[in-house]
Amino acid sequence: MEKKVIFKGWALPLALLLPQLVITGIFFFWPAGQAVYQSFLREDAFGLSRQFVGFENFADVLSDPTWLDALWRTGFFSASVAFLALSVALFLAVQADKHIRGANAYKTLLIWPYAVAPAIAAVLWLFMFHPNIGLFGRMLNGMGIPWNYKLNGDQAMLLIILASAWKQVSYNFIFFLAGLQSIPRSVLEAAAIDGARPARRFWTVVFPLLSPTAFFLLVVNLVYAFFDTFGVIHALTQGGPGKATETLIYRVYTDGVMNLNLGSSAAQSVILMILVIALTMVQFRFIERKVHY
Amino acid sequence: MATLALEDVKKAFGATQVLHGVDLEVADGEMIVIVGASGCGKSTLLRIVAGLETATSGRVIIGGQDVTPLEPADRDVAMVFQNYALYPHMSVFDNMAYGLRIRGLPREVIARRVQEAAELLGIAALLERKPRQLSGGQRQRVAMGRAIVREPKLFLFDEPLSNLDAKLRVQMRAEIRRLQKRLGVTSLFVTHDQVEAMTLGDRLVVMHQGHAAQIATPMEIWERPADTYVAGFIGSPAMNFLPATLTAGGTAARLETNGLVLPFADGPRAGEEGRRLTLGIRPEHLRPGIGGLDLQVELVEPLGGESVLHGRLADGAPITAKLPGALHAEGPLGVIIPLEHLHVFDAETGKRLDAQA
Ligand SMILES: Nc1ncnc2c1ncn2[C@@H]1O[C@H](COP(=O)(O)OP(=O)(O)O)[C@@H](O)[C@H]1O
Ligand SMILES: [Mg+2]
Repeated sequence: MEKKVIFKGWALPLALLLPQLVITGIFFFWPAGQAVYQSFLREDAFGLSRQFVGFENFADVLSDPTWLDALWRTGFFSASVAFLALSVALFLAVQADKHIRGANAYKTLLIWPYAVAPAIAAVLWLFMFHPNIGLFGRMLNGMGIPWNYKLNGDQAMLLIILASAWKQVSYNFIFFLAGLQSIPRSVLEAAAIDGARPARRFWTVVFPLLSPTAFFLLVVNLVYAFFDTFGVIHALTQGGPGKATETLIYRVYTDGVMNLNLGSSAAQSVILMILVIALTMVQFRFIERKVHY
Repeated sequence: MATLALEDVKKAFGATQVLHGVDLEVADGEMIVIVGASGCGKSTLLRIVAGLETATSGRVIIGGQDVTPLEPADRDVAMVFQNYALYPHMSVFDNMAYGLRIRGLPREVIARRVQEAAELLGIAALLERKPRQLSGGQRQRVAMGRAIVREPKLFLFDEPLSNLDAKLRVQMRAEIRRLQKRLGVTSLFVTHDQVEAMTLGDRLVVMHQGHAAQIATPMEIWERPADTYVAGFIGSPAMNFLPATLTAGGTAARLETNGLVLPFADGPRAGEEGRRLTLGIRPEHLRPGIGGLDLQVELVEPLGGESVLHGRLADGAPITAKLPGALHAEGPLGVIIPLEHLHVFDAETGKRLDAQA
């Protein structure tokens, strides 16, 4: 039985929907439309003249070797963040699930990072890993391990991966824990009686039953690593040293805001938008087919 | 196939004592039904045998080997759960093959055993399906199949039929019994349904609040219940109880309700004059007649060939009678108590009082 609310006329429904529509319009459709519009234009740095150039901005971006470098870098970065955030969260969720009594305190602790703004999270990591003033940075250097992410590109990449993954762990954890708790206890007991030891039970029963959750989280984490890590990168490394931590989203910012190359920057964001739409569509298709069972 | 022995098994969850020391010896190939009201500790006992719960004290011995410290995986038992607990992401074949693969059996042996078990249970056509594509009865069979293919030392059943509809339940009950006899596997079967218990078990364990109130064959329990709890629990409709006192030098009981003196058919009971007793008489043993109890019948339930009559004595005590025929009316009715069917219990302890030799 479907319950339908019937409104008389269209004024009230419109009024009720309006705030949401206005917000979506102002903060999403308008800038997105602007970006698409911009991506077909070429403009001088002072905004004095503009001309329609068709797909030229896109062609330039896609053939720019430094953009392609950034693409690979972003791929590596996103995959690392997603892998790290997912595996740590899964490990923690399995531990929490074992001692379900304590799970609430555990949950609260783990959700904290998610509530921290990206820039603040980054500052936290900065205070820990700054080569001169950071607790761990100084410790590493003191132990004779040269640590300076401001000079070493690999270390810079490692740092932004850690900081970005850390922020996402709590979110993943909540979903994994919910997934684990929805597996009937008796199914695991049946596996135990069938002779499966804990590791085998995990890989043959728990993990396959979690796979829809894991897949959903994978997409969410990839989208997060693509888009939501700007704040972390900006506060920690500003894309440096060199271009060692310049991901696609950061490059949109550098090209558009720093270099005022609006056409190219707009084309880049349109490409990113398409990537995310594609990822989301893959996800919907899989969810419709109910991955695995 | 193996024997099973439980030695003084106790279990407490925190401060709650759930099992108060259960002893049981099960012979090779025997089917034991553990029956009792909900919450009396049946599942807990079964799970201790499976190794899913650890007993607070006592020992579990399977096939002569003390398995108390062993994990479920090392006990070589198979269990059928009430909710079937099939692996939702695996096909029926994989569900049944899971335990065999873990034991590292060759592929052909697994395929053959699963096929045989599937044919035995009539699910050979369903091997490719996932559990969610099966009906309740089919899932039940898969759960059985998963236990059978393992060829374990023990079968453990935890109310496996209670999620089925009435007709299927009767059918599966007979089927489980046939299979168990044919395979000869020692089995423990937990149920709260006394009809299931009576029809399935070689012997029953009637549990009451964490104690084994009586362990005996179904007929023995029905004919000679060990106490008033067992007497009231086994048999449907339940046994009538009447307060009485010992009289005539222990050779008879005097009913409190109307002073009627009932001489014991099988011999005198111990105890002084006036010892307080509880007399039990099954509804199907009451006969219409004058000179026994005077009932006011309030409700007649016709069952076809016979009827169940619910009535009250003058003092308000409820009495149920099961009489042949369908033509009974509400209103006054006299019933007599056949002396050879009288059960005598001590009123204080509820224990059965047998005739002195
Ligand atoms: N894990 C547990 N923790 C605490 N109490 C439990 C647990 N399992 C069972 N109990 C309690 O033990 C008693 C017996 O339970 P159970 O063996 O499941 O009864 P049955 O199967 O006879 O209905 C119940 O009172 C139940 O609440
Ligand atoms: Mg139970």
